[in-house]
Amino acid sequence: MKKTVLHDNHVKLGAKMVEFAGYHMPISYTSITEEHMAVRDRAGVFDVSHMGEIVIIGEKATDFVDYVFTNNVRSMTANQVLYGMFCEADGGVVDDLLVYKINDEHYYLVVNASNIDKDLTWLHKNNRFGVDIIDQSDATSEIAVQGPFAESMLQKATDYDLSTLRFFTFDDMVVYDHDVMVSRTGYTGEDGVEIYGSHEAIKDIFERLLADNERLTPCGLGCRDTLRFEVALPLYGNELSHDITPIMAGYGFAVSFDKGDFIGKDVLKKQKDDKPSRRVVGLEMVDKGILRHGYAVYSGERQVGHITTGYIAPTTGESVAMALVDRAHAKKGNELEVAIRKRRVKVKVRNKKFYDKNTKQ
Amino acid sequence: MKTPKELYYTESHEWVKVEDGFAYIGITDYAQDSLGEIVFVELPEENEQVNQFEEFAAIESVKAASDLNSPVSGVIVAVNEELDDNPELLNEDPYENWIIKVELEDETELNKLMNAEEYKEHCE
Repeated sequence: MKKTVLHDNHVKLGAKMVEFAGYHMPISYTSITEEHMAVRDRAGVFDVSHMGEIVIIGEKATDFVDYVFTNNVRSMTANQVLYGMFCEADGGVVDDLLVYKINDEHYYLVVNASNIDKDLTWLHKNNRFGVDIIDQSDATSEIAVQGPFAESMLQKATDYDLSTLRFFTFDDMVVYDHDVMVSRTGYTGEDGVEIYGSHEAIKDIFERLLADNERLTPCGLGCRDTLRFEVALPLYGNELSHDITPIMAGYGFAVSFDKGDFIGKDVLKKQKDDKPSRRVVGLEMVDKGILRHGYAVYSGERQVGHITTGYIAPTTGESVAMALVDRAHAKKGNELEVAIRKRRVKVKVRNKKFYDKNTKQ
Repeated sequence: MKTPKELYYTESHEWVKVEDGFAYIGITDYAQDSLGEIVFVELPEENEQVNQFEEFAAIESVKAASDLNSPVSGVIVAVNEELDDNPELLNEDPYENWIIKVELEDETELNKLMNAEEYKEHCE
């Protein structure tokens, strides 16, 4: 199993470690709920070094990224970040990712750890633009600092004026004497940053941020999932997959049809115009229990979908879930049932945003 | 990790305490620690029959659901309904908070369980 540069720090901090995407990663240090609330109320730091970083360089880099990515790359300015997907011709999602534009001939793609190899194969297969595709995942470490105090904590470690770093932009800066790249992005629904750098730089920044900020909480992958879930951010493999297109999942904002050809465009456009056959919706529990990924959703005796992610939302205490259901049953207020082990419980369709984001828009 | 001497243990981390022909059944300290925060317990009904090493309830932590297996066979005579509203009691004191009380059917079943020493070794 692979280890990130922060592995020994996690163990020393008493983390419960699990295997995730081939890495030995912390699931939590104290408790998922405590870490979750630390990010909502103060700030938390996450090791996300397992994420993949792929660099695209070439004269036709813009043409290439615009062709493989669902969102509008030509509209991007330098130092901007854009969220979107790689899709197959049938609209199925290969991966969801962030695209960082360095300049017209240079892009930085941040992809899911479990999809790095698949993404690379797919990018090479579709490289009819002669660009260089460079996997920098093993040479790059990454931490995320998230929460209302994230900016002020990081500000103490850099001369760069972070108040000028707008949501979904990035810049190079010096943090605790290290040259790193910082973006105002995250996966929690809170304000915050993600920091990319060499292994040595990230290890030192992680340690010094924790030493200098008593109210900064080390956070594991457990609360990373509950945080993104509450604000309806998708997880690849749950809300997006080879079978679940961005249109079905309700992330049409990340698919731009006002641009040239891109892989999957025709199918996704048709799906948007005709309305998709299935949709990702929010569900709330009417009875008791917790809705888990994979549980079947029923209308009477007919299975009409499945749970993609479910929890007792730590911030609100509600037992809620996201589920992929047939469109006929996707209307808000509609009552459905879910099979939990030997029981059937009643659930109700609702908006899937269980908690409002506090990001700096 | 606590492992009280007077209890019997299963490989799947349940404990049983026998008193006056009744068996009180719960989860071990090791189990509550590895599960993390327990947020829901799906309790069985009174008068249901449980069988040794078979599922009788489910316990949910923030992250996942796990089945509980009964250390002994018998009819459930009481269910700890306090766990409905306060599942975290299982984290706070897993030995004080039993989950079900069963009328013990066959005392020889206890021979198939581990004592505290054996259970400690099993957890290592």
